[in-house]
Amino acid sequence: MPESPPVHPPEVPPLQVDALTKVFQSRGRHRGKVTAVDDVTFTVEPGAAVGLVGASGSGKSTIAKLVTASERPTSGAISFGDVRVDRLRRRSLREFHSRVQMVFQDPYGALNPLHTAEYTLSRPLQNFLGLSAGEARARVHDLLETVGLTPTAQYAAKLPHQLSGGQRQRVVIARALACEPQLIVADEPVSMLDVSLRAGVLRLLESLRRERGLSLLYITHDLLSARVVTDQILVMSQGRIVERGETLQVLQHPQHDYTVALLDAVAAPTADSA
Amino acid sequence: MAPLLEARAVNVVYQPAGGAPVHAVRDVSLTLAQGEFVGLVGESGCGKSTLGYALTRLLQPPAHLTGGQIRFDGVDLAGLDGEALRRQRRNGIAMVLQSGMNALNPVRTIGAHLRDIMRAHSREGESVSRDAVRRRGEELLAAVRLEPEVLGRYPHELSGGMRQRVSIALALSLDPKLIVFDEPTTALDVIVQGAVMQTIKDLQRERGFTAILISHDLGVVLEATSRIMVMYAGRIVEDQPSGDLLTGRHHPYTEALLGCYADPRADVVELGGIPGTPPDLSVEQPGCAFTPRCPFAVDTCAHVVPPLAGLGAGRAACHVRAPEQGREQVGA
Repeated sequence: MPESPPVHPPEVPPLQVDALTKVFQSRGRHRGKVTAVDDVTFTVEPGAAVGLVGASGSGKSTIAKLVTASERPTSGAISFGDVRVDRLRRRSLREFHSRVQMVFQDPYGALNPLHTAEYTLSRPLQNFLGLSAGEARARVHDLLETVGLTPTAQYAAKLPHQLSGGQRQRVVIARALACEPQLIVADEPVSMLDVSLRAGVLRLLESLRRERGLSLLYITHDLLSARVVTDQILVMSQGRIVERGETLQVLQHPQHDYTVALLDAVAAPTADSA
Repeated sequence: MAPLLEARAVNVVYQPAGGAPVHAVRDVSLTLAQGEFVGLVGESGCGKSTLGYALTRLLQPPAHLTGGQIRFDGVDLAGLDGEALRRQRRNGIAMVLQSGMNALNPVRTIGAHLRDIMRAHSREGESVSRDAVRRRGEELLAAVRLEPEVLGRYPHELSGGMRQRVSIALALSLDPKLIVFDEPTTALDVIVQGAVMQTIKDLQRERGFTAILISHDLGVVLEATSRIMVMYAGRIVEDQPSGDLLTGRHHPYTEALLGCYADPRADVVELGGIPGTPPDLSVEQPGCAFTPRCPFAVDTCAHVVPPLAGLGAGRAACHVRAPEQGREQVGA
């Protein structure tokens, strides 16, 4: 069997976001401009896990769209190694998408209800890695094993409605891993899951990052999950980064009022809160 | 004082056309005293919302109340229908829904919503003047910390948090004795969530109504309520004063749920999860439904459904943690 061609340069490059701004122009009766992302600069070093935290409407999901080239910035630059993400077109965009994958919030909406897990996972293998149907099928079982869906033969044949939320999210993560990405952008990957299932998915993300050396941009409003998976966090409010630093440092010694408000909003049932 | 709500052996079955019946609420009995604030927590699909709908007799097909008594204020709601049920509900039950804020009519003002409720439920011979609606509206909006001019606004002019406050104000409009809050803050932003929850707590304290807070978020429930019932697979598995939940021994499921939370500021954070998945409620369980996920399970667990028995200041349904007196004779 011929070896599958190396798809990416082996080294994971840094993701550099420089003075990024996105302005949405609303049309119709209520004409106006919304600056969703306002002059944001940060870097995700190779293999690092960076958390982007903030309340709804703070611009964090817009950054996810900009970084994955689903939206174009109004101004500023995004580079992934020597690739200018904000200038990608067609073929190079496709190549970029095999290196950067996204995990979405809603595992119920992110999977086609008519496709089995095997079909869903074999598509990126065939499209991005150019594997044959047979090769892809074999790889699907490795992927299911990686995300802990065993016995793999049983899970491969399942349709989304036959899986629980946590299992679906594992399929979504397996799909993101299929084309061996270098950066995963995870937008609230556990917020729709029951608390009892979150730890498992978070541990999976953490171990995948360590084993494969890939970088993670983790977007959430949940500071507890950010604490578990990230090394650094950027706190966003109204499109701007209002605080940044090492995760533990920021959480234990928050400087900005908004970070304090976010921390206070987390009702953690711990012995001292009772 | 007689309890406000007393439910005995409530059972709810979803009977989808051509599908397997799902036994969502199983033999639930509970008693709520006047003025109590009780939390109902559990994972998605554990039956907590279904129980809330059953207690207020709001179940819609394919869900059916298949057995039990629900005595509210001395009257068995389970035996009522039509106008009699409506009258009984008007006398004291209200509900606030997770997406209640999206249930407002987009082409009517907030004041018009209130006027509809007041007119629909006005007592015989009682006239509901424009002026009365305005006075009542301003009072209710002040109660939920909104400005009086909100009465003239349309839903789309308000934020999600404000709309949820409006739906709480509407729930208060007939001075209910019991309010069931079904995930009232889940759809809101984290910071707004805390503020709306604070308002709910304050209102309950000021007005003294009895409240049930249904939520998947144990943290929110612990902060707000004085007593917590934990549901698993359609049954109440633990019933404890909220203050006691964080210390001492509990139902293994309750302990596992508590282990899913931690303070993000702590020096060491160990986040537990619960292995496995919740059981399929279309399958009847002969024993304790938590057995396959429970680290403490013994032989009896898989065969005998544990009854709620004394544990600490409350009760738990667990053969290991709350063995019932004289169970030896009952054993499998």
